[in-house]
Amino acid sequence: MKSKLPPYTTPLERIWHYLFRIICGLIFLFLIFPILVIVPLSFNAVPFFTFTPEMLSFNPEGYSLRWYEDFFTNLNWRGAVNNSFIIAIFSTLIATSLGTVAALGLSRREVPYRTMLMAILISPMIVPLIISACGMFFFYSRINLQGTHLGVILAHAALGTPFVVITVTATLVGFDRSLIRAANSLGADGVTTFFKIVVPLILPGVISGALFAFITSFDEVVVILFVGSFEQRTIPWQMFSGIREHISPTILAVATLLVLVSVLLLTSIELLRRRTERLRGVRT
Amino acid sequence: MANSAVHPDQPLTTADGVPLKTALSRALRRDKMKSLALVAPLFIFLGLTFLVPIGDMLWRGVEDPIVSTYLPKTVEQLKQWDATSGELPDESTYEALVEDVKAGAPEKLITRVGKRLNYELPGMNSLFRKSQRRIPKFDEGPYKEAVIKVDKKWGQLETWQVIKTFSPNLTAGYFWAAIDLQVTPAGDLQLQDEKSRIYLKLFWRTLYLSGLITLMTLILGYPVAYLLATLPLKTSNLLLMLVLLPFWTSLLVRTTSWIAMLQREGVLNDIMVALNIIENENRLAMIHNATGTVVAMTHILLPFMILPLYSVMKTIPKSYMRAAVSLGAHPFSAFFKVYAPNTIPGIGAGGILVFILAIGYYITPALVGGTSGTFISNFIAYHVSVSLNWGLAAALGIILLGLVLVLYLLYDRIVGVDNMKLG
Repeated sequence: MKSKLPPYTTPLERIWHYLFRIICGLIFLFLIFPILVIVPLSFNAVPFFTFTPEMLSFNPEGYSLRWYEDFFTNLNWRGAVNNSFIIAIFSTLIATSLGTVAALGLSRREVPYRTMLMAILISPMIVPLIISACGMFFFYSRINLQGTHLGVILAHAALGTPFVVITVTATLVGFDRSLIRAANSLGADGVTTFFKIVVPLILPGVISGALFAFITSFDEVVVILFVGSFEQRTIPWQMFSGIREHISPTILAVATLLVLVSVLLLTSIELLRRRTERLRGVRT
Repeated sequence: MANSAVHPDQPLTTADGVPLKTALSRALRRDKMKSLALVAPLFIFLGLTFLVPIGDMLWRGVEDPIVSTYLPKTVEQLKQWDATSGELPDESTYEALVEDVKAGAPEKLITRVGKRLNYELPGMNSLFRKSQRRIPKFDEGPYKEAVIKVDKKWGQLETWQVIKTFSPNLTAGYFWAAIDLQVTPAGDLQLQDEKSRIYLKLFWRTLYLSGLITLMTLILGYPVAYLLATLPLKTSNLLLMLVLLPFWTSLLVRTTSWIAMLQREGVLNDIMVALNIIENENRLAMIHNATGTVVAMTHILLPFMILPLYSVMKTIPKSYMRAAVSLGAHPFSAFFKVYAPNTIPGIGAGGILVFILAIGYYITPALVGGTSGTFISNFIAYHVSVSLNWGLAAALGIILLGLVLVLYLLYDRIVGVDNMKLG
């Protein structure tokens, strides 16, 4: 906020200038406060979602790690963490490999029906989740995939592919096709060209697409509620049933840990973005 | 383009004498096939795991096989019966009914017909349960009086009319139900009873609350996007993190934190009581109602408004405003006459995006919406997993999907799906 106002600014404009920044500050507060407020609440010593007088007076007795302890020792939560990672990792692998190959095909100049194909491939992102979830519930029950890990992995992979297609296609927009021709003319065959030339260049797009696919699965609640059962419970599944049935601050502890995870993800995506821009020579 | 070394002095053929045009189109076709082959695996995968399941579910909204499957002979006989004649069907129809009930007796199949018809005419469920118990004991005819003795409803025109009306395999009945109309036993359309007219109101509420949420995100998002676009890049990148952090935080985490904030014993009520704004007894009910849904969803969807607005505003040269001011415009009128019109694509993109996401929302309304803040999605889920009226769920789903697709086409027109950016 160091920008100096020009000397000819009228007092009214000066007031407006600062008022505007205060308003924006309040909006940023609205964005961030609800996320930050759960951090201290998760250290609550009593099983409520509220600040106790002890907490407000910074009395150490008002704080405890019992909800974190509960999270790390409770078998329900441990199963949920395991399932979340298993399901997210496998669905990300499927989504990333299929999505990257499809994006390569879609960005070729010759591809027919491009708009229509693109619309179909990103439809899992457009269709309301509740409709996808109900459809998958009926269909997967019929072919005995409902309530299996495989079913949930396939469902999450389908939901994750649009993100991979979009990010990889975006990377390929700036991709110089003459590089492929150059590699070919120098004697590299298709496979060598792909792994030595194409992959390193689109890798940031692939990785950020994979991160999107991972977070989509990791964060997904609606489809897992319908396609999964207790055996496939993920962290969001467990949180949802926790909020519905017995609210305990363990949920806040989990939420705090998830915020940490998202900060990590955000940082890695930002670093990837910068790398892409550097490689493409875009000025930041 | 293989083998197509062309020299100006040669006729237009390739090295092996194939006309150039043929060779080119062949090469082009090969390239097309190659690109399609790359897209194919994902296409097939999505088809099997996503598109077919959705089509399968939506089909339930128009298919209605129950009556004709479990009462085949009765339906056949009823074809000759004139529902408007004012007379009951003849003996042969009753005989067919008895045969159908007997055929389905071991697995109590006939009760499924009762369950289905009960959506259309209350009382059918118990009628078919009773008939399922008593009719199989009949040995020989005439059946007409015996059947009417089981329940006098078998002697009422209405019962037969409803069976006849719902005997076709395809039905629009679920759609009528989804917009608060019903088909009378005689086959006419009429409004549902006052009490059961809920879906039009629900659609209206979903659209109204989604619109309100979109407006709120616009009001809150516009100034922030403007600030981000006008600040030096280093500062704005830092502030952008504050927008992206909520964007990347789990949806359930954000919903949970709003529960902690808004509930009766929650943070906001505590603060207001501590500041003596409200009395301890009059804590505000800000959650499990429409307010809760609007506040939480505005927060959750705000980044989806800020990001497209920001990316549009970034491209507007700062010199536009300076030029307008230097030509004598008041800064405010320069803003509204010069700057704001340039941001309309961003408003359109963000607005439609938020609106599309909002009308399909399920989790947040389910957790903080109570009864007055629930959306159409919540009723679809209810009919799928609680009331088991899958046809109605599918019909509601088709209407919702239709709305979303129209908005999506609009979005594609304004922004172009290819230009969609993430994060």
